[in-house]
Amino acid sequence: MSDAANGVAVRFEQVTKRYGATEVLSEISLDVRRGSTTCIIGPSGSGKSTLLRCTNLLARPDEGRVLIDGVDITGPGTDVDAMRARVGMVFQHFHLFSHLDVMDNVTLALRRVRRMAREEAEARAVAQLRAVGLEGLERRRPAELSGGQQQRVAIARALAMEPAVMLFDEATSALDPELVKGILNVMRDLALSGMTMLVVTHEMRFAREVAGEVVFMDRGRIVETGAPDRLFDHPGTARLQQFLDQVL
Amino acid sequence: MFRGLARIQQTFFDAHMIAHVMPTLLRVGLPNTILLAVLASLIGMVVGLAIATGLLARPAVVRLACRVYVDILRGLPHILTIYLIGQGLPIAGLSLFGNDTYAYAALSIGLIEGAYMAEIFRAGLQSVERGQIEAARTLGMTRWQTMRDIILPQGIRRVLPPLTGQFILVIKGTALVFLLGLTSSQREIFSIAQDSAINNANLSPLTAAGILYLALTVPMTYAVNAWERRLRGERQGGRTDV
Repeated sequence: MSDAANGVAVRFEQVTKRYGATEVLSEISLDVRRGSTTCIIGPSGSGKSTLLRCTNLLARPDEGRVLIDGVDITGPGTDVDAMRARVGMVFQHFHLFSHLDVMDNVTLALRRVRRMAREEAEARAVAQLRAVGLEGLERRRPAELSGGQQQRVAIARALAMEPAVMLFDEATSALDPELVKGILNVMRDLALSGMTMLVVTHEMRFAREVAGEVVFMDRGRIVETGAPDRLFDHPGTARLQQFLDQVL
Repeated sequence: MFRGLARIQQTFFDAHMIAHVMPTLLRVGLPNTILLAVLASLIGMVVGLAIATGLLARPAVVRLACRVYVDILRGLPHILTIYLIGQGLPIAGLSLFGNDTYAYAALSIGLIEGAYMAEIFRAGLQSVERGQIEAARTLGMTRWQTMRDIILPQGIRRVLPPLTGQFILVIKGTALVFLLGLTSSQREIFSIAQDSAINNANLSPLTAAGILYLALTVPMTYAVNAWERRLRGERQGGRTDV
């Protein structure tokens, strides 16, 4: 049965990625079901972010395949730009376009990639900004916003493209502690609304509450996967037990 | 001792001579110098931006071609390049501008400036945060769209002060076009001063030219420095007094 029909939104098949002689991902295989949230946890340097970046080819796998809705995006002849327009990504350090105001940050790709008229793009941006709790800041520059506000803009910017999948790469790690909760709430609402999400995070509570599946990675390999309660309450490996002891 | 000083005064600072040449310098030389510098800088910016984009392009052939251009034009004495282009093109039958020496002068300096400005632009384009480029690509924007909408606007803004600094060098660089032989009304500051110095067997006209060059370049240099300080302060998110 094809992935599109059986509800698999993202499939990693034997994905291996090397930087020079270092193998940062070793034969990763993983299915992300449509409408579910998968949280990837693990120590730093375990390959979590690289796996995320392989999902939209910011990093290109050396071996193996990545399929989105059953379509192999790693194959030759893939329209990478068209694929990326359907995969939203939120970064640790926001990466807003610093020369553009909030409105233009959200509408730029709509106008350039989706070829939308400015009025239509701005209407969509206003709705999206309202959804992440940012009203009335449309004409501010990124430098005039708090970290939490910047990350909300980044989320709105990605969501405005109406992606099929959202990737979050440690989206709260660079935020002041009091701003983390607000962003996690936005992410939780998004997950509950049925978005397919792949989330690299250190927020174990978020993973436990929101994730349908948790993936524990170490040294470029998937060590354990499972439902959050199973993984957090009954870790099946000493390595995961050790990691949880350190972070919880 | 006194006679030595008097001779120096006569040779370089003959007030009568300076007063005599100054009106022509101001009326003909100054506008021509500024016009040449502006034309050459415009050519230099267009060429420089194109070459800078090429230096960062993906195809290795393009990068190599642009690198060769920059290395050659920065590596040659300017006087040689001006001669080769300004005299050479018309001789070789490539009379792009007919017999208009002025245009060849602007073109040759512009092509040289293109090489220097390419390096300035390249530094500016490369200073744009890598993450913003990734964010743009992640949204499905093409390499070209990312260049036009994200990298160029930010990169160019950051290099405006060094570009203006380069313009100061162009003003001085225009002095070299005297060797292409300009008609009387086309002469810039240096050509007029040199003609006058030869005709009168006295160097004071060149002193007059020097005064004009300094009046142009020194205030601009200070303005650029102040501008750069302000931009740096803005980027660090506030001014500091240390």
